[in-house]
Amino acid sequence: MNGTMRHVATAVKAVVLGAWLLVTLFPLYWVLVTSLKPKSEIFSMPLKYWPGEVTFEHYEELFSFADFGVYLGNSLIVSLVAAGVVTSIGVLGGYTLARFAFPGRGAVMLAFLVTQMIPLFIALGPLYLLMSDLDLLNRLAGLMLVYVAMLVPFATIIMRGFYERVPVALEEAAQVDGASRLVAMVRVVIPVMLPGIAATFIFAFVQCWNELFLAITFIDSEDAKTIPVAMNSFITQYDIDWGSMAAATVISVVPTLVLFAAIRRYIVEGLTAGAVKG
Amino acid sequence: MSTARTPAGRAFTLRRARFILLCLLPGAVFVALFTYYPMIRGAVIAFQRYNLFDLTSTPFTGFENFRAVLAEDRFWTALRNTGTWVVVSLIFQFFLGFGLALLLRGHFRGRGLYQAWVFFPWAMSGFLIGLLWRWMFNGQFGVINDLLLKAGLIDERIGFLATPGWAMTSVIVANIWYGVTFFAIMIMAALQSVPRDLYEAASVDGASRLRQFWHVTLPHIRPTLALIVLLRIIWILNFPDLIYSMTGGGPAGSTDIITTFLIQQVIGGDYGRAGAVGLLVLGLLLAFSVFYLNATRFEKAR
Repeated sequence: MNGTMRHVATAVKAVVLGAWLLVTLFPLYWVLVTSLKPKSEIFSMPLKYWPGEVTFEHYEELFSFADFGVYLGNSLIVSLVAAGVVTSIGVLGGYTLARFAFPGRGAVMLAFLVTQMIPLFIALGPLYLLMSDLDLLNRLAGLMLVYVAMLVPFATIIMRGFYERVPVALEEAAQVDGASRLVAMVRVVIPVMLPGIAATFIFAFVQCWNELFLAITFIDSEDAKTIPVAMNSFITQYDIDWGSMAAATVISVVPTLVLFAAIRRYIVEGLTAGAVKG
Repeated sequence: MSTARTPAGRAFTLRRARFILLCLLPGAVFVALFTYYPMIRGAVIAFQRYNLFDLTSTPFTGFENFRAVLAEDRFWTALRNTGTWVVVSLIFQFFLGFGLALLLRGHFRGRGLYQAWVFFPWAMSGFLIGLLWRWMFNGQFGVINDLLLKAGLIDERIGFLATPGWAMTSVIVANIWYGVTFFAIMIMAALQSVPRDLYEAASVDGASRLRQFWHVTLPHIRPTLALIVLLRIIWILNFPDLIYSMTGGGPAGSTDIITTFLIQQVIGGDYGRAGAVGLLVLGLLLAFSVFYLNATRFEKAR
């Protein structure tokens, strides 16, 4: 390839990549701009691609007319607790699956993997009945329990993968020095795996934060709503007020954006771990 | 599955068994109680008359729920729509994702930053993405109408989400936007798995870039591609979130897919029928996976 051709190729590549970036980012830009426009500008022609007058009225409305503070708090509590519990369970379960050969190990792995392929919706109705029997409807604790169950297989399997990359010798050395298995695990292995554990926690957190269908099935009282449930009721109750909706979208997406950016490398690994092998 | 790397020379002792049990028990209990139990109960309910608004009698009725579901036009519409939704979304996601992966293969300045930005749809839920596009496709104040008008591609605004044909196109566009990144990431990883010396050997033999791609890259990553596509098909089929918030399956059921149909049954309180739809979906997925895996294995053996 001669020099000019190469320059042309590079230019074409840059244009295509730039165009795709624009397509990817525009929806986010648009929702942000919408959330900052006064109502009169949202619903008027010609459309403005930058607000003529920047306003935070939609954000204020969310917290004054709707109980967005309550929803935000609920989402935070449920996601933090569920992600914490599920990560701990993954740390324990992943360890045994990575380090021991025992009867039934394959069966446990299979039972976990199967849940990842079957749509959860099949269990939605019976789950409602179960929650009703356990008196957990309209309670954050109920949501937490179901979210933990939903994420246990993922957390356990991904943790197992992380353990397998830590040399067994590291642990054995500690055990030779007289530390028990559990102490060796806590003192030696876990510090090495800390980034992986953090990534698992964040991923689980974002899943809970975003979850919709379980939450709308179990929750309809105002004081137990999470953000997605509240936003869902914005749709059905009124003709959509797009200013508030845009503001709510921005509020709910910003934390996940920041968190996902922090663990991007691990998401790529997690996504590709199962499917891509040599 | 790889064999467990057990510390050398350690037998399976009672103490170790207790440790294993304690570590696995919490996870197993959660999954058994809140995943397997409801799934199994759902399968049983499929053969019962089970309506949330009349739980006084829930007799077993054999295949009555299945018959009722299969007799419904909306079910068949949803099934057809599922086909369109999966196939069209997949084709575009695949080829655009493949293109993006190839463009991102070499090193260039700002590549990491670029990937970080292009990655962002993954942080969003299907529900939020559906809302975003619902607003952009709005028939009156939607930005897509505005852009198309400005570009001179249309003469008057289109009620995208209110017109059956356009509604399906719209949800698929949103789904493509969401899924391209997934394919790009997976295919980039697959491309990296091709050993470099294969390329070197090929270029020594004087093969052009295109021929290298066709004869070295593609055969090497084909099994991975087949698996990625299968996972993706299952995933798109199980992905009602975006449609739910964008059109709710409307107008007139024209964007209903099998899983939004299932959710409507649950919301309607008819758990018997919901169970039946669930089992049908499961059967469909299973049959398709077996068929697909056989077909791609045949491909490999040839």
